[in-house]
Amino acid sequence: MLDKADGQIFSGNVRLIHAVGMHARPAVKLTKLAKKFEAQISVRVEGAAEWINAKSVAKIMAMRAAHGSTIEIKASGGSDAEAAVAALVKLIETDFPDEVS
Amino acid sequence: MQGGAQHLAYRGRTASIGFAHGPFVRVDADTGGERVAGSLVEEALALRKAIDTASGQIAELAAIAGGEAAQILEFQVALLEDEDFIEEIFAAIGEGDAADVAWRSALDAQIADYNSAEDEYLKARSSDLADLRDRVIMILRGGGGQAVRIPGGAVVCADDLPPSRFLEIDWSGGGGLALLRGSPTSHVAMLARARGIPMVVQLGAVPELGATALLDGEGATLELDPNSEQLRLFEKRREIHRKSRASARAILRRPTALWRGERIKLFINIQHVDDLAHADGQYADGIGLMRTEFLLTERDGLPDEEAQFAAYDAVLRWAGQRPVTIRTFDAGGDKPVPGFTLDGEANPFLGIRGLRLCLARPEIFAVQLRALARAAVRGNLKVMFPMVTSADELEAGRKLFADIVQRLQADGIAAMLPELGIMVEVPAAALAVSSFKASFFSIGSNDLAQYVLACDRSNGALAPLMDPLHPAVLELIARTAEHGRRAGISVSLCGDMASDPRCLPALLNCGLRELSVTTSALAQIKQTIDRLGSGGGLG
Repeated sequence: MLDKADGQIFSGNVRLIHAVGMHARPAVKLTKLAKKFEAQISVRVEGAAEWINAKSVAKIMAMRAAHGSTIEIKASGGSDAEAAVAALVKLIETDFPDEVS
Repeated sequence: MQGGAQHLAYRGRTASIGFAHGPFVRVDADTGGERVAGSLVEEALALRKAIDTASGQIAELAAIAGGEAAQILEFQVALLEDEDFIEEIFAAIGEGDAADVAWRSALDAQIADYNSAEDEYLKARSSDLADLRDRVIMILRGGGGQAVRIPGGAVVCADDLPPSRFLEIDWSGGGGLALLRGSPTSHVAMLARARGIPMVVQLGAVPELGATALLDGEGATLELDPNSEQLRLFEKRREIHRKSRASARAILRRPTALWRGERIKLFINIQHVDDLAHADGQYADGIGLMRTEFLLTERDGLPDEEAQFAAYDAVLRWAGQRPVTIRTFDAGGDKPVPGFTLDGEANPFLGIRGLRLCLARPEIFAVQLRALARAAVRGNLKVMFPMVTSADELEAGRKLFADIVQRLQADGIAAMLPELGIMVEVPAAALAVSSFKASFFSIGSNDLAQYVLACDRSNGALAPLMDPLHPAVLELIARTAEHGRRAGISVSLCGDMASDPRCLPALLNCGLRELSVTTSALAQIKQTIDRLGSGGGLG
């Protein structure tokens, strides 16, 4: 699922299975997780013109990613870019689970 | 009697069921008024401070409210912590805008964007943004963001009401919420339902004045300054509603559900340890299905033995003497788990899923079996395997499990082999049910129907065909129940059918005497069995 691009950019694709698409709750979870990483992380709906900062909840909401769309993720910089992509892919793939307390 | 507009009723849409009769209070947010702007630096500081104060207030509200309300407020906090978003507002201040003007125009732009969305769910989020906008502006104006005092039991009327305002109102004395706009899918509607506060939305124009109001969340009506006849009819509707709820609650508290003199055991399904917080769960005969997939979604890889043991142990402690049936990992199909399930299967529903996957990944399965073997000595544990096709698979699972128990015991660790059963969801298992040496069977009607009817259950276009009451599905349920009855083996059903009152007559007629339902459906299912048992509704 993950492929290393040239240099230090890591990327991944994942299908959004959340029933209502990228709405408030998933967007909050996604940005919270993204902020745990030092790397710069961008996302977009597959094929969209613009990459969006994965740490901005306002921009993630504005992306209007619908149920069933494919989300592209790329990350660079920091020491954790590869882990960031893997973590975000997992979050979306597992349908934004609540953390186990 | 007076005539005129006074006794008119206004009709809207139901957002939360229930009845309220009390003083009529309008609470439209007032964000007008002036504020004197300072220098660029002062304005930037003022906004920074207001944002911090708002963050603190919202966090405090979230802590008091907890649960779903806290999650709703989290979106507002996330927005305040969104550097991209906040930076643009500070940039506007840098160009000479006053703090409140810059803040308002940024929020208004977002609100307009949400309102222009096609999707009702997204539109509903705009009231969260308006909530945040008004809170910060109120703080900038020197107000503490305090709510108007609202008398207990009031019917609160507003254009729309943001979630944080809802939480600031004291609902302990009852009351209701009447919104001129609003939406049944808004956050505030979720909060009202969770609190049992009646709520009607989209009432349109309602007069500003009124002393008392009647709000009927079922009929979606608001009546202002009612006359005695309106009041009498309202009280009658309220009484019918109250009786029907009270009888469901009363039946819930009875020790057993009876149908034609036979005891029907009712268990609950849980997905997560937290699900046990639902108050109705205590009236169940036990846990008929504890799913364990939630353990696979931990952030740092697959769960270790201790984390699993702690979860199983917590559930067994909750259940006391009552049986707890835990299903081993049911990953694959529509439930992919990175690092566990296989990628690239052409047809995952017919692929390596359920027990097939666990047997293919014994190193992961063994950890779960160890945790279960240790938990088995702590309570009345039963373990079931999902997606079983042949008796050999059950025996392979049993052998793995028995070996693990033996090794634990050899190491001096308390462990035992619990009762082992299978899910009946593959048609082959239902047809050859007598070939399995299982201690119990649990019918997974969702997958069973999907496989019997050859309908992908995630494909909405097939919904009309996806009928769990199809005679072929019922035939397999009846055969499984019949085998259990003859062999003296317990057979239950834990799919969605069990929680659907419309399916109950068919399930009872198929011979099922044990059902496992979602906790919130327990009262209704118990009541339905009681009604059917006393002669109603069975054809």
